[in-house]
Amino acid sequence: MYDISDIKEKAGDQIDGTSGTSGSDKRTEGPATIRMETKDLTVKYGEVTGVRNISLPVYNQKATALIGPSGCGKSTFLRALNRMHDLTRNAVISGEVLLDGKNIYHPKVNPVVIRRKIGMVFQKPTPFPTMSIFDNVVAGLRLVGIRDKNLLNEVCERALRQAALWDEVKDRLSSAGGSISGGQQQRLSIARALAIDPEVILMDEPTSSLDPLSSSKIEELIHELKEKYAIVIVTHNMQQAARVSDYTAFFYLGELVEFGPTDQLFTNPVHQRTEEYLTGKFG
Amino acid sequence: MKTLRQRNIRDYFMVGLLYVSTIVVLTPLIIIIGYVIVNGISSINIDFFTQELGSPARAMQGRPTGLVHTILGTLVVDSLALIIAAPLGLGAGVMLSEYPDHKLNPLLRVMNDTLNGMPAILKGLLAFALVVKPMGAFSGLAGGVALAFVMIPIIARSTESALMTIPWSIREAGLAIGLPRWRVVLSTVMPAARTGLVTGFLIAFARAAGEAAPLMFTSFGNNYLPNRWTGMIFGPVDTLPQRLYSLAISPYKEWHAMGWAAGVVLLVFVLGLFITGRVLTRQKFKV
Repeated sequence: MYDISDIKEKAGDQIDGTSGTSGSDKRTEGPATIRMETKDLTVKYGEVTGVRNISLPVYNQKATALIGPSGCGKSTFLRALNRMHDLTRNAVISGEVLLDGKNIYHPKVNPVVIRRKIGMVFQKPTPFPTMSIFDNVVAGLRLVGIRDKNLLNEVCERALRQAALWDEVKDRLSSAGGSISGGQQQRLSIARALAIDPEVILMDEPTSSLDPLSSSKIEELIHELKEKYAIVIVTHNMQQAARVSDYTAFFYLGELVEFGPTDQLFTNPVHQRTEEYLTGKFG
Repeated sequence: MKTLRQRNIRDYFMVGLLYVSTIVVLTPLIIIIGYVIVNGISSINIDFFTQELGSPARAMQGRPTGLVHTILGTLVVDSLALIIAAPLGLGAGVMLSEYPDHKLNPLLRVMNDTLNGMPAILKGLLAFALVVKPMGAFSGLAGGVALAFVMIPIIARSTESALMTIPWSIREAGLAIGLPRWRVVLSTVMPAARTGLVTGFLIAFARAAGEAAPLMFTSFGNNYLPNRWTGMIFGPVDTLPQRLYSLAISPYKEWHAMGWAAGVVLLVFVLGLFITGRVLTRQKFKV
């Protein structure tokens, strides 16, 4: 096996002002340690508030589901966790997002480095259109200058195996990333995120454009991935949240209404709003 | 309520109208191509591609004469222009498309549009002031600079629209795996848009290749091949559209015939480039 710290060093450290304590070693600690945490996180688009004063922990080796009706701010919150809002013209962010105790919005922090530690999978599969399956998976390594063929091959196989896609595509790694089915493309997107060995994986409704069979594969995958990573998943599907997550946060109108262990929140919610949403009274 | 028959008639009528408009649009194109070829093809022979033009006496006395220096000069001047304009136009296009929030962008857009709308002869004047005056001589380089001013706004605009066709999600996906923004543009967005990018270069190239006015006081024109090839860059040099013009206004009917032939060569040159570009940029993978 290759040493992942080599990759981190090659890929990130020349642009990383804050590196030092990489999170890789913390993974072996006991469960339910906090990997990420938001403190009074507020995201505004101009005058419109996306989410307001969210304080939420993200536990290591656990899946945290974000649920709530459309427009409640789940995706806005998720995208704040790896600084995706940096590209949005008028997005203003206040409060803190801590990764391993460090604020990722600190002015000295390079968002590129943050995004290597906090991977993201989107609603729709997004294979890079001009790249082969292999190139897609290793894009995050190769495009920052890692050329070692053996290393890239190893990473590609490891990531595709982790994403439960290896057996289906191992014979056609050089075909186009867009040539496989939608469900496979989504797992390819997951493999691509895993290839750079992040610490946290954010998923924005990863199964909403997939058929039930592909969705269940992704859900199984989440179960396996949380052995190793911290996962935050936005979902419209409450059954899915119940199936895959350990913790659930219920968002409503840009605010965090309730957060707790999934089985507790689903069976015995504290807030009336949560209960009403879960039982289908609105949403 | 209209009957099925009435609706069918209306349908046939509208489809027929579409055919007619297509023909109307294509007719001028076919007439131009046909007219140039019919008039010019008879003057094209081996001498045309191997001999210099020389003085009018050559043509009138039936001695071998041709436009080899013009064809080579066109290649040199247009290539110089593309070499100068491609990085600048591409850069401006990337800026407009990928950094829409940058505070210099509104200015860039206005200036680019102004440059695009500016008469080409003024671009020649600009190149005259920038290159010809300081160097003290007409040159292929000056012509290249003048044509680059023609190409830059076209390339910038076509680059911008080619990049805009690539969905924003591709960029986010690139950023999400920790790529710097410039790398995302260079390695995921631009390859996906390469057909559009190359088409933009070709359109700009074709537009500039047909310009005569900006070359009159920059590359100036020349009836002979320079002694050394560097003379094409640092000395006065001939180009097809400008030569076509000067042959056409000359009082010699032999030169008029050569002018038609020059038109054929220019046409084939531009069309050939366009077709080659299209073939070369066939997508490896369908987007």
